[in-house]
Amino acid sequence: MDYSQFLALKQEIGLLIVFLLVFLYDTFCSPRSAKAVPMIATVLMGVLVAWGFCPVVKAPETAFAGMYVTSPVMVAIKNILNVGVFIVLIQSVKWANSEFTAVRRGEFYELILLTLLGMYLMISSRHFLMFIIGLETASLPLCALVAFDKHRYESHEAAIKYVLTAVFSSAILLMGLSFVYGLAGTLYYNGIAGALAGRMGVMLSVALAFVMAGFGFKLSLVPFHLWTADVYQGAPTSVTSYLSVISKGSAAFAFLVVLTQVFGQFYAQAWEWMLYALIILTITVGNLFAIRQTNMKRFLAFSSISQAGYIMLAIIGDNDMGVSALMFYTLVYVFSNLAAFGVIGAIENATGKVDMTDYNGLYKTNPRLSFTMMLAMFSLAGIPPFAGFFSKFFVFTAALNGTASAALYVLVLIALINTIISLYYYLLVVKAMFINESDSPIATFRSACSERLGMWICVAGIIGLGIVSYFYDYLLTVVA
Amino acid sequence: MDITLIWYLVPAIVMFCCGVYGFLTRRNMIAMLISLELMLNAVDINFVVFNRYLFPSSMEGWMFTLFGIAIAAAETALAIAIIINLFRVSKNIDVRDATKMKN
Repeated sequence: MDYSQFLALKQEIGLLIVFLLVFLYDTFCSPRSAKAVPMIATVLMGVLVAWGFCPVVKAPETAFAGMYVTSPVMVAIKNILNVGVFIVLIQSVKWANSEFTAVRRGEFYELILLTLLGMYLMISSRHFLMFIIGLETASLPLCALVAFDKHRYESHEAAIKYVLTAVFSSAILLMGLSFVYGLAGTLYYNGIAGALAGRMGVMLSVALAFVMAGFGFKLSLVPFHLWTADVYQGAPTSVTSYLSVISKGSAAFAFLVVLTQVFGQFYAQAWEWMLYALIILTITVGNLFAIRQTNMKRFLAFSSISQAGYIMLAIIGDNDMGVSALMFYTLVYVFSNLAAFGVIGAIENATGKVDMTDYNGLYKTNPRLSFTMMLAMFSLAGIPPFAGFFSKFFVFTAALNGTASAALYVLVLIALINTIISLYYYLLVVKAMFINESDSPIATFRSACSERLGMWICVAGIIGLGIVSYFYDYLLTVVA
Repeated sequence: MDITLIWYLVPAIVMFCCGVYGFLTRRNMIAMLISLELMLNAVDINFVVFNRYLFPSSMEGWMFTLFGIAIAAAETALAIAIIINLFRVSKNIDVRDATKMKN
C-alpha cells in the first residue's frame, strides 16, 4: 500500500492535529489550567481557518483507489464549514466555562471537532462506504452533544428524539443503498452511474426515494422534519447553532454530490419532481409553522427548515452555477444564523430567557444586541443590501439557469411568495425589540468578550458579503 | 429445490417492514431500539445476498456489511446511554410521556 496517498487528506490531517492537541491538553492539564481549554480550542481552530485559505490544493487529488477526492471546490466548502465552527466555538466559550458545563467542557470541543471530521469525509467521499462512515461520524457525536446539559430534562428528551430519528433515517438510507448496490454491483459513485446508464426501473425509483428520504431527515426537509423543533429547543444553544448551520450545510453539499454524480442521468425521469415536491412542502410548511412560534429557538428551528428548502433550490437546477450558489448560500447562512443564535445565547446566558415576549423593549436596554439581531433577521429574510438578499438571488438564478421549463418558473414564484411570508415573521422579532413596550424588559447587561467578538464577526460577514462581490466571484471561479 | 436470491430478499424486506412498523407503533424506547436494529440487520442481509448471488467476484458488499454491523453497534450503545440518562431524570422511558416541549 502506498502510504503517501494520506497526504491528499490535507485538511483532514490538519483537523485531526487540532483535535489531538485539544484532547491531549484536556486530558493532561492540571485542574487549574483547565479553564483555558475553550480558548486553546478556539485559537487552534482559528489557525486551521487561516491555513485553509492557503492554496495547497490546486488540482483534484484522489486517495484510497478513488474513494476520497479533494479539489478546490471541496477545500472551499470545508473552509466555509471551518469558519462556521470557529464562530460557534467563540460563542460557546462563556457557556463552556459556566458552572454546570465546566467539568466536561473538553468533551464539548472534542466532539464538535470529531463531527466536523465526519462531515469532511462525507463531503469528500466518492464511495458509499466512506460516505456512510463519514455520515455516522458526523451524526453520532451530535446525539451526545444534544444531551450535553445533563441537569436539564429537555436536553435528554431532545437527545432521545434526535438519536431515534437519526438511526431510523440512516437505516432507510442504507436500505436504499443496498438496492443501488444490487442493481449496480459497485459502490463507487462513478461506477454506479456507469452501471446504471439507461436502466431506469421500479427498483431504482424505490432506491432513489429511500436515499432522498434518508437525506431529507438529515436536512430536515418536510415531511421528514418533525424532530427539528424539539431537538433545537432542547439542545444547549451552542449545539443548536452548530446543528442548524454546519450540519445542515455539509449534508446539503453531500446531497448535491450524490444526486448529480450518482443519479445525474435520472434528473428529468426521477429526482427532479421528487425534489420539486419536497421544496414546495419544505418552504411553505416551514414558514407557516414559524409564524405561530413563541420560543426563539423553536422559531429559528422552523426558519431553518424553510431555509433548507431554499438551499435545495440550488440543487434542482442541476448545473454548475448551483454548486457555487449552494456554497454561497451556506456561507451567508452561517453568518446570519450564527448572529441570531449569538444574541439568543448571550441573552440566555445572562438571564435565562428565550421567549419572544421577553424580547419586548430590548432596544431600550440593549441597543447593540437588538441591532445585531435586526441585521440577522434582515439577512435571513433577504432584504438588500445585506448578504441574505444575494444568496437568495443566486439560488433563484441557479434554479432557472439555462432552463425553459415552466414548472421551475412556478417553483421559483412559490419560493418568492414564501419570502414575503417569511418577512412577516422575521419582522415580528424586530417589532418586539424596537416597538413593543414592556413593563419589565431584560435588564441592561454586558455580554462576555467572546460573545461580542463572535457577533462582530457575524455582523461583518452579513454586511461584507452583501456589498463585496469578491466572495461570490471567487466561488464561481473555483467551481468553473 | 434451489435456494435462489428471492428466498433471502423476501425475509429481509419483511424484517425491514416489521422494523418500520415496530418503530412507528411501539411506545417503549427499548422496543423502538429493537425495531431499529431489525431494520439495520435487514439491510445487512440485503448486502450479503446481493454480493453472494449477483457479484461473487468482489467483496464490496461483505465489507459494507462488516462496517454496517459496527455502526449499528455504536448507534445502539449511544441510544441506550441516552435512554439510561433519561430514565435517571424522569423514571420513565415511554415516548408518549416525552412530550414536555410540544406546544
